[in-house]
Amino acid sequence: MKGLLLALVAMAAMVWSVAGHAAPLRWASDAEANVPFVFHDPADQSRLTGYEYEIAQAIGRRLGRPTRFVQNDWDGLIPGLQRGLYDMVIDGIEITPEHEQGVLFSRPYYMTTERITVRRGQRGLETLAALHGHVVGTLKDTTAERMLQADPSIRIRAYEEETNAYTDLKNGRLDAVLLDGTIALYYGSPDPDLKLVGAPIGQVAYGIAFARGDTALRDQVNAALDGMMRDGELHRILARWNLWTPAMAALTGDASTPAIVPEAWDHYRAATAPTAGWRARFDRYVGFLPLLLHGALLTFAVSACAMVLAVGLGLGLALMRRYGPRWLGALATLYVEIVRGTPLLIQILFIFYALPGIGLRLSPFVAGVLALGMNYAAYEAENYRAGLQSVARGQIEAAIALNMTHVQALRFVVVPQAVRMVIPVMTNDFISLLKDSSLVSVITLTELSQTYVRLSSTYYDYFGTGLLIGVAYLLLGLPFVRLARMAEARFHTGRQRSGHI
Amino acid sequence: MLRGISLEVARGELISIIGPSGCGKSTFLRCLNFLEIPDSGTVEIAGVTITRVGGRWSRQEEDAAHRLRAHVGMVFQSFNLFPHRTVLDNVMLAPVRVKRVPAEDARAEAEALLDKVGLSAMAARYPDTLSGGQQQRAAIARALAMRPDVMLYDEPTSALDPELAEEVLSVMRTLDNEGMTQLVVTHDMRFARAASDRVVFMDGGEIVEADDPDRLFVDPQDPRTRKFLRSVL
Repeated sequence: MKGLLLALVAMAAMVWSVAGHAAPLRWASDAEANVPFVFHDPADQSRLTGYEYEIAQAIGRRLGRPTRFVQNDWDGLIPGLQRGLYDMVIDGIEITPEHEQGVLFSRPYYMTTERITVRRGQRGLETLAALHGHVVGTLKDTTAERMLQADPSIRIRAYEEETNAYTDLKNGRLDAVLLDGTIALYYGSPDPDLKLVGAPIGQVAYGIAFARGDTALRDQVNAALDGMMRDGELHRILARWNLWTPAMAALTGDASTPAIVPEAWDHYRAATAPTAGWRARFDRYVGFLPLLLHGALLTFAVSACAMVLAVGLGLGLALMRRYGPRWLGALATLYVEIVRGTPLLIQILFIFYALPGIGLRLSPFVAGVLALGMNYAAYEAENYRAGLQSVARGQIEAAIALNMTHVQALRFVVVPQAVRMVIPVMTNDFISLLKDSSLVSVITLTELSQTYVRLSSTYYDYFGTGLLIGVAYLLLGLPFVRLARMAEARFHTGRQRSGHI
Repeated sequence: MLRGISLEVARGELISIIGPSGCGKSTFLRCLNFLEIPDSGTVEIAGVTITRVGGRWSRQEEDAAHRLRAHVGMVFQSFNLFPHRTVLDNVMLAPVRVKRVPAEDARAEAEALLDKVGLSAMAARYPDTLSGGQQQRAAIARALAMRPDVMLYDEPTSALDPELAEEVLSVMRTLDNEGMTQLVVTHDMRFARAASDRVVFMDGGEIVEADDPDRLFVDPQDPRTRKFLRSVL
């Protein structure tokens, strides 16, 4: 569905550019749990916001190109860039020698420092040295993580989502969190249970990432950033978000202190303030429903298409293994063993990011359906094979003696009897597929579980949104359970209505 | 397993094949419609001839077997009715799917055949609700629905109590009277002696003796036949 939409947008974009207009500047970020960089406005989940979102818009304006945002999972951002899914990535990516090996960076558009956050009652953890021997959380592959690694006595917990780090700090699983000033300001400081302590540590520079070799666009964007620093637009954006720092003043040579109201910061704090009372909470959950519905629809579409593929391919594989010539059977066995023996997550990433290397470009939706369907086909194949084996050999002999071909014997005698054996197992598989479909979130599809991540991390509300999402999954699974019951009842004895041949 | 077997059967004959367990009589029967593929030898039924001289079973041979099976019906010891279909559908299935007989015609013929084997009342039932004797008679009706020239029976009554076996044997006698050519692998010596036109005694993969039942049972020529008959009679 979303894939189709993307395709339509892409086609529209092509027509647009042919007509002589500027091609859209496609930029990517991970807008899930990504305050204050790029995120969905807590007051209106359909609206993107964030200081980097505003920077991207400003760059687009200066280049005279409309911008188009592409959502991608953090781990997929750089692979997607290399794949050509979009032109650039803005997501607080630190300019480090390691990162520079994979991508081309713009000049820094933001400078910040590392900050230590602890629980309110905690004392004596104000410096990096004081963290000696403690359990400290941070994000993986960051400057902060490398700083912590310098002291081997520190037990590091490297997270993917900053919200998880701060939640674990509150829950007492961590003694401190070391993260970028931007993140600490938005996640650590507003929380009444937490406080920022000590002086700023070190320095971090964020850059916009481009595909290696795309120096033309990099130079254009650098020029745009230069302009934004000179005429104060960057200053205004950052000040609105309460993010203007002395380091930025040093970077831009802009020592002015204009009176800019941090309205974006205020808006965010107001929207995420802990809700008091049932009524406000309920209103907030009602506001989630459109997002939930969208996520549920995508989950359902991916799962249903993948199931159809899994059943068809699985039956083919099972027949190949049981009745095909030896080489075909061996091929099917190899397929089943490889697919069952490797993680589904790897398969999804491989199909989406690696296949373009051999010229096969798939939309996220198609790639997701293909990966899930091909994976479950292996399990279905084994299931069907067991079902076929359970049909007595005498049944085929009777069919052959009645002058049926092998194909007719399978179609009219063996398969209908095998079906009743496999239906209970199939029901299980399908419900489990419905849940495994959450893995397609790694290839930019915002389905149900990704919706959960987004909502819960925005509001720090894992409990209420968790229940909501759980109910949504149950409701989705229910029709399959009922369908399977009906089928089971119908095939219980493997019987078909008389006189319908 | 089988060696030097040569048997000519005239139209309308009822042949009983007897012999100790493992003597190859079932294998021989299954070679006749190529459920079992012989290494070498010739099978000719109703004008279709298949000669094997070793080697892989080829596509052409499978096609020839398909033509040959059009003339041959088979009944199994374990009935092998299709459990997911009613008795009527069991009988109709092959004519409709293999011979493309219109469903109404196939139904009429199936009902007539079920009537003939005494199962009219059972047409709408599922096989597992029938007695063994009824199931085997349904299996005979199913085979007859393809209008074979020859019927093969692989121990058709071995899984049945004597009185149920009698229901099945009486159907076979009726068919014999109507001129059906039938080959029966059986342990039922009484039936073999009373109903057969000829009895074939096999042992060790060979045909030891083939003769008129009265002569074979009363005065067997070969010591192996004598020994076998002494042990079973």
